[in-house]
Amino acid sequence: MTSPDIAVAVDRVIKRYGSVTALHGVSLDIRENEFFTLLGPSGCGKTTLLRAIAGFEDVTEGRILLKGQDLTGLPPHKRPVNTVFQQYALFPHMTVTENVMFGLLRKGWSRPEAERRVRDVLHLVQLSDFAARKPGQMSGGQQQRVALARALAPRPEVLLLDEPLSALDLKLRQAVRMELKALQRETGIAFIFVTHDQEEALTMSDRIAVMSAGRVQQVGSPREIYEAPVNRFVADFIGETNLLDVAVQSISAGQANVLLPGNHPFTCPAAAVVEPGAGHLSVRPERISLCPEDQGHLRATVTGHTYLGTDIQLHVVLVDGETMSVRLQNAETTLVPDTGSVIGLKLETGAARLLAD
Amino acid sequence: MAGGASSRIYEGAGLKLMLPSWLVIGIFLLAPVAMMAVYSFLTKEFRGGVIWEFSLAAYDQFFFDRGLFGDEAPTIEWTYIGIFWRSIWQAGLATLACLLIGFPTAWFIATRDPKTRSIWLFLVTIPYWVNLLIRTVSMKFLIRDTGPLNEFLLALGVIDEPLGLINTNFAVQLGLFYSYLPFMVLPIYAAVERYDFSLSEAAADLYSGTWTTLRLVILPVVKPGIVAGCILVFVPSLGAFLAPDLLGGAKTFMIGSLIEEQFKGSAGNWPFGAAASMILLTIVMCVLLVYARNQNKGETR
Repeated sequence: MTSPDIAVAVDRVIKRYGSVTALHGVSLDIRENEFFTLLGPSGCGKTTLLRAIAGFEDVTEGRILLKGQDLTGLPPHKRPVNTVFQQYALFPHMTVTENVMFGLLRKGWSRPEAERRVRDVLHLVQLSDFAARKPGQMSGGQQQRVALARALAPRPEVLLLDEPLSALDLKLRQAVRMELKALQRETGIAFIFVTHDQEEALTMSDRIAVMSAGRVQQVGSPREIYEAPVNRFVADFIGETNLLDVAVQSISAGQANVLLPGNHPFTCPAAAVVEPGAGHLSVRPERISLCPEDQGHLRATVTGHTYLGTDIQLHVVLVDGETMSVRLQNAETTLVPDTGSVIGLKLETGAARLLAD
Repeated sequence: MAGGASSRIYEGAGLKLMLPSWLVIGIFLLAPVAMMAVYSFLTKEFRGGVIWEFSLAAYDQFFFDRGLFGDEAPTIEWTYIGIFWRSIWQAGLATLACLLIGFPTAWFIATRDPKTRSIWLFLVTIPYWVNLLIRTVSMKFLIRDTGPLNEFLLALGVIDEPLGLINTNFAVQLGLFYSYLPFMVLPIYAAVERYDFSLSEAAADLYSGTWTTLRLVILPVVKPGIVAGCILVFVPSLGAFLAPDLLGGAKTFMIGSLIEEQFKGSAGNWPFGAAASMILLTIVMCVLLVYARNQNKGETR
């Protein structure tokens, strides 16, 4: 069932803790040489899945295959994968060199070979000058690189990363994203990256699995996940969206004819499984433009606005009482309508998508 | 305290606030030690007590044998050095026994649920509600030839004659081990409780089996707790006199008993007792210095 370019196959994995089920039959294929992200809110099972791949958790049912080899029952120290831990878990009593060499020596590398590899890996993460330091004498960003170097040194088949950026401050986090991505390209192995930060996921990943409540909601490229979410959870969790209740009249060839609030007919793409009846329309706030009140798809009353720097967020209420937000780019020419004025909203192509649930 | 004025106020008060601690240390620690140091250089009075006359006789008696009348050429006196050596050896063994039992115990407690940990700790400290003398005497009654342990084993038919535990090195070991075990458990517990178990996961992730992880990661990281526990057991074991007196025989004479005898009744020799104490103190100081250096190394990381 595994084609040769699948690095890790997660096959109907179920994980129960007593009466609590953390993973409800998760299946995923992670390809060779891809940056794969498990994205979801805390408690969604993403970390449990990562720990199951590393071997820290046994799965209750199902299998995990690494390059076709069943990992079930193998303890962590026999699995050819390495982990970058959330708080790095660097050995405090060892120098950077000793930390990075640890896995190599345990794996049976000879000392000269291990020393050469440590030098190369430290060069790769730009820490050559810090080889003799101990973790306690380094900044958070440097420690994070040591953790990366330590996990990459033994040439794992797959690198697992458990929210490795969450302990860094914002500026550093943004810089490290690009470096991580470059590192993945350079090493040519699959990275499985766990995060709750959707921006992180969108900027770095080749593909993303959005998880919620122990289930995979959607797997796809960042663009697919953002522009073609399959359900309300994904639409709401990735970026910002307006969810409107609409009446679905007919669906054909993936296009749905719906009635917007205010009874304006509208045609938009639909997630595959939607049936006629009541539906939910996801409208991205940055794909809405303003127009005179009788020329748009929706008619709305302005209730206020929030200044966000690059954008201005406009708060509006529709005729049926639903609230929406609209993002206006903060240009010199941007006119912000007064509170209380009635305006028209035009949904641009690709702004709206009909969702199943 | 950030303001210049208030910090100056605290600076002035600092000395006065420190006074009680200095008084306690001075009266109960420095003064007795100073007294001992002075006494060890005085001449002995035959019914106990000292004559205020400078003399090195006490130290001389400890290290050198000058014959019955003190007129022969000095040779090394091995009796007391032997007692010291045996005491160090006994205390070392007791420390090792405490470590072998104490480490797993501390590990067990530290890895329990936080709610039940305090109960386990409480159980460890319960024997301390009873005086050390009474505990040691109880141990004597337990293991003597006509005591419950032997009678129980005899009744079961496991043994044909009493084990003869009392008045042996083993009995002294047992007494020391029992007396000081919690001093080993508590510091190791404190260290293990702070131990970050993701380090063990990281080691396992980096191809290290259980024992390798224990040796290369866990033990080095909790080492300060282990060293503290060893010192807290070794130092009092070295000077202990209850366990060797009550559980051991003449062959298991230890420093503590030797010193105690010099101050007891009218047969004593105060300067000699003081000199032996000073030598013991020197050994303990050496151990503590090693510990302090170890701690400093730990701090710099």
